[in-house]
Amino acid sequence: MKKSVILGAATIAGLAAGAAVAGTVDDVKARGKLNCGVTTGLVGFAAPDANGEWQGFDVSLCRAVAAAVLGDASAVEFVPTTGKTRFTALASGEIDMLARNTTWTFSRDVDLKFEFTGVNYYDGQGFMVPKALGVSSAKELDGATVCIQTGTTTELNLADFFRSNNISYEPVPIETNAEAQQQYLAGACDVYTTDASGLAATRATFENPGDHILLPEIISKEPLGPLVRHGDHEWGDVVRWTLNALVSAEELGVTSANIDELAAGTDNPEINRLLGTEGTLGEMLGLDADWAAKAIKAGGNYGEVFAKNIGEETPIGLARGLNAQWTEGGLLYSPPFR
Amino acid sequence: MTTLTDPPKEQFRLSMLLYDTRYRSATIQVIAMIGFMLLAAWIISNTIQNLEALGKPVEFGFFAEPASYDINQRLLEYDSRDSHLRAAFIGLLNTLVVAVLGCITATIVGVLVGVLRLSNNWLVARIMTVYVEMFRNVPVLLWIVLAMAILIESLPAPRAFRGENPEATMNLFDSVAVTNRGIYVPEFLFSRSLGDIHIFGTSSLRFDISLDLIAILIVLGGSIFAMRKVSAWAQAKQEASGDRPTIWHIQLGILFVPMIVLLTILGFHLGFPELKGFNFTGGTHLRNSLIALWLALSLYTAAFIAEIVRAGILAISKGQTEAASALGLRPGRTMRLVILPQALRVIIPPMISNYLNLTKNSSLAIAVGYMDITGTLGGITMNQTGRELECVLLLMLVYLSISLSISAVMNWYNNRVKLVER
Repeated sequence: MKKSVILGAATIAGLAAGAAVAGTVDDVKARGKLNCGVTTGLVGFAAPDANGEWQGFDVSLCRAVAAAVLGDASAVEFVPTTGKTRFTALASGEIDMLARNTTWTFSRDVDLKFEFTGVNYYDGQGFMVPKALGVSSAKELDGATVCIQTGTTTELNLADFFRSNNISYEPVPIETNAEAQQQYLAGACDVYTTDASGLAATRATFENPGDHILLPEIISKEPLGPLVRHGDHEWGDVVRWTLNALVSAEELGVTSANIDELAAGTDNPEINRLLGTEGTLGEMLGLDADWAAKAIKAGGNYGEVFAKNIGEETPIGLARGLNAQWTEGGLLYSPPFR
Repeated sequence: MTTLTDPPKEQFRLSMLLYDTRYRSATIQVIAMIGFMLLAAWIISNTIQNLEALGKPVEFGFFAEPASYDINQRLLEYDSRDSHLRAAFIGLLNTLVVAVLGCITATIVGVLVGVLRLSNNWLVARIMTVYVEMFRNVPVLLWIVLAMAILIESLPAPRAFRGENPEATMNLFDSVAVTNRGIYVPEFLFSRSLGDIHIFGTSSLRFDISLDLIAILIVLGGSIFAMRKVSAWAQAKQEASGDRPTIWHIQLGILFVPMIVLLTILGFHLGFPELKGFNFTGGTHLRNSLIALWLALSLYTAAFIAEIVRAGILAISKGQTEAASALGLRPGRTMRLVILPQALRVIIPPMISNYLNLTKNSSLAIAVGYMDITGTLGGITMNQTGRELECVLLLMLVYLSISLSISAVMNWYNNRVKLVER
């Protein structure tokens, strides 16, 4: 089938090409660069900083994977995708992995033929309104104009929420977060709805964040995670276990500060296996023995990445909440490195 | 004495297909055709195979599934439980609305600008030149986005209308509200409505036709027919006696009296928009997205139409104008009665292309969140179901059908206005 790829790709806009691509790990190594799909710009999750460097929570995951596979956290080509273009980009092989606040749903996993490799942020859909509107609950939004990013699960949740509460609304579909922000701030819509984390990130960029409130209702479960194409299990394993390594590292107390010390060998066999001084976990993945150590060094463990990009010390100011380790009452629970 | 013999009957040999010039071109064409069909078949089977390997066989069953999303501008009733097919249908109607509105506006503006560009008034002609060059040299997407940005940023939000001393007030005796969410205008209501006819039962393509509208159209048609009869009678009388009877008051009566009677019977009244809760309710809501798209598309296309009209007028020889003025026609009438009818022959064919362009450009609607067919079928439906190939193929088919229909209508019109030759 390989030789048929060229024409197939040329005719159906690369739709058919994905089928023949196998061995993404080898492709990435041969290319020397990881193509990682991110948002077109959501501060805290993925946005270029003042120097044009991509920064953020999702970006850190891309960098960790690049560090694990290529040993270089900067060997990433970031491909900005919109809610609509992201799946086509992944299916066609334009990107190797997608780390773009994408909700893990049944149909995306099964029907769209993608493989979610874990959850890096447990989220839910919320509403943001100007304080001046005097609204305190989403159920008071009867007749409101709601800005919503098109091509997302939030669009479907919104329809379900208003329908089940028997109230009406006027949806204003929008392509990107930036346009939504423009319309919301100009008052062309009363409400902006998306994942609560996205709302917090958007609000942080406002001139007067205090003039806007998030309503208490969280109307959906949005487990956000990285995903890869269905069928390439080796690559799926690499991305899944890189994420797990970051989570385990936090649980085991491995940080970017003490990792060099711990990598020399410790009394804790689990840390040794994670950092590659014991066992052959790296070899099983087809990577170097110290793959996980490199991934953790790229931006720190999960907790460090969280604190640096979206944590309470940042303007976005998200609490760990559901995203705390299971030992601290959260949902983060990495399978053991064994 | 000469003998006539039949020329030797030439036997057909296979090699003649190649060496005989009578057959050669046909042979080459047949071979090329077969090659082309093989290529097409290979591409199609390849695509289907690859899609199957990807686990996405081509099938259209998902159209019956509930769409699960809402559409703001819907000409027919629709809610999130309706099927994807219904959503596509609503989107198609939105495409047609903006295409029809755009074509009409573009034609009016285009003809005006085209004629004015040839004006003897230096200032008017130059202003029109600037307009044409400005609009046709900037991508239409930018005009659409600009129009939307202006509407959103410069107009007041609905909450500016609230309070004792509102920052903004409604226009035209409190009947029109201009906000940054769109323009609310009064709607036509009938208190003794005749009801609707429901077509296609409960299927996805169901729609209602208002009996009130049909009644109005019938009465209007009847009035126009009667007016023509009166006009013909006046003409006949003029030809017989050389004396044309005054008929304008009869004409006006025929046009208005039956309509007023009908509207009174139906209980016609206007529904005014009023501020309730977050938004204006009542009245007809012309959304920002529709206005931005409509304005940008029509002004952009009008620039091209203006050039076509100008070319058409310049194609008519100067002698026609001179002859018309020699007969004593004023410039306006010369243009309307002599030049334009002839210029139409040149104008119509390129005009068809521009109508088609406008319709296809309307697929840029998503830039301002206008839910046309590209936004519903080619946007949300495609995204939520992951059926790219099916959606895009269907989308292409839809645009092809719309374009071919426009072409057919315009070609028919073109045949009517073209110079009749003997």
